[in-house]
Amino acid sequence: MEYETVIGLEVHAQLLTDSKIFCGCSTKFGATPNSHTCQICLGMPGVLPVLNRKVVEFTIKMGLATHCRINPEDVFARKNYFYPDLPKGYQISQFDRPLAEDGWVDVEIDGNKKRIGIIRIHMEEDAGKLVHDEAGPFSYVDFNRTGVPLIEIVSRPDIRSPEEASAYLRRLHEILVYLEICDGNMEEGSFRCDANVSIRPEGADEFGTRTELKNMNSFRNVQRALEYEVKRQQYVIEGGGKVIQETRLWDDAQGTTHSMRGKEEAHDYRYFPDPDLVPVAIDEAWIEQIRATLPELPVEKRERFAREYGIPPYDAGVLTTTRALAEFYEETVRLTGKPKIASNWVMGDVLRYLNEEKRDIQDSPVTPSALAGMINLIEKGTISGKIAKEVFEEMYRSGKGPEEIIREKGLVQITDEDALKKAIEQVLAANPAEVEQYRAGKQKLFGFFVGQVMKATGGKANPALVNELLKKTLSSP
Amino acid sequence: MKITKAEVEYVAGLARLEFSEEGKEMFATQLNSILSYMDMLNRVDTSGVEPETHAISLKNAFREDGVWKSLDPEEATKNAPEERGNCFRVPKVIE
Repeated sequence: MEYETVIGLEVHAQLLTDSKIFCGCSTKFGATPNSHTCQICLGMPGVLPVLNRKVVEFTIKMGLATHCRINPEDVFARKNYFYPDLPKGYQISQFDRPLAEDGWVDVEIDGNKKRIGIIRIHMEEDAGKLVHDEAGPFSYVDFNRTGVPLIEIVSRPDIRSPEEASAYLRRLHEILVYLEICDGNMEEGSFRCDANVSIRPEGADEFGTRTELKNMNSFRNVQRALEYEVKRQQYVIEGGGKVIQETRLWDDAQGTTHSMRGKEEAHDYRYFPDPDLVPVAIDEAWIEQIRATLPELPVEKRERFAREYGIPPYDAGVLTTTRALAEFYEETVRLTGKPKIASNWVMGDVLRYLNEEKRDIQDSPVTPSALAGMINLIEKGTISGKIAKEVFEEMYRSGKGPEEIIREKGLVQITDEDALKKAIEQVLAANPAEVEQYRAGKQKLFGFFVGQVMKATGGKANPALVNELLKKTLSSP
Repeated sequence: MKITKAEVEYVAGLARLEFSEEGKEMFATQLNSILSYMDMLNRVDTSGVEPETHAISLKNAFREDGVWKSLDPEEATKNAPEERGNCFRVPKVIE
């Protein structure tokens, strides 16, 4: 039987505020355990949480960027459960009145657009971190992460394949990073994802029983975990069994999912409005004020790059991966007026050198103006494209400007006809047998002579001029 | 009787509380009397009144995003029954 896969994703994104959602403790990652805690985030009796305004603003931003409706009045609710990473015995979240609802994002699968619905985006606090003792019956709790602001983005079950799930996640990730409201670091847990997945016979209206997948900390793992889980469910159903509604953990090393241990008691979180936090009222004026600060989003930028600069969609896609990269490219184009050449250099040498060292474009030792300066020198004929590769490497290593390097290394292209003629004569004199063969009709030796001349001039000869002069010399005995 | 003993046991379980048989009976009675008081309130005509989540009408109590001085880890873990390496040490829990 043919099956259809149905996937819904819940994404948790840490917001890039300096302080926590309800207190002034730092949100910085990697500090000494429990050094970013206070009476409020430790849940001491009698303390009162006060909402960080930036959390609301950032969440409105994400809501607007994903075409959600921003609810005029939003309420925080307590989600009650016991776990040692939750000091209060409840998590402050939102329940029936989340900040944003009913949005969507478009993703592209094999060149086709597909719209994925968003049910809701709500604000909540993160929980602490637990480290389990390998040797003893202990766990260690660090509450530094407790109270770090999160938004949870819940998709509709519109996703029909692991590839679509991965494309949707990349799109959300890209938007969050573009908005500068989340650093998107998956390894540090700033962007996390849980997946609900089920399968049903093709054409069926009812959803099948779903499982919830956790512990997938990269785009690749989300896709692998979903692919595995879909196969597993098919196997269960075709073997005459039934899929059980449960939470399963992805095991990266094994490449499998396994049921979470312990009894599967139904969750009963007994949500109720948090009496310590007053409602958030958002009026049109506030929404419009935030809308005005929205940057051009990746999809729009991509389309504009292709249109305005006439570069292929692939180039536009690569160059808009981050806002900083797009800015680097646009600045280079502005200074050269050569969109396609700039694109080749940025996507080629710039990104290759940076990727080798795992550096971000912000840390590039070659600035857009240095790169543009070099491109302009190629265009003027001062250096050849081949020499430019060498100049670029030196610019990257030393941070020096192109002119300085060319001067220091004597890399200026030889366009002096007399000098080139002399080099050509020497090459021909040193290779009499080849000259004879060439003149006897072995035309393909021409490339050999060009190569020899370039070699003799240390690659600095102007190739067009070498071609011209060689042809002339060889045809006149 | 709206609340049965079974419901008291269920809610107590969620709150990790244990009661004696008499205790369960007592809470069932008390919870039922609270709910019958709610029933009395339910008889009031509230059509046209928006439901409220809070007793005061204040909205938008914010703080600006700024970092303050946190507790020292030693201070933060002072109440912990057990502490190791600035962490709270608890019996092993695997979700």
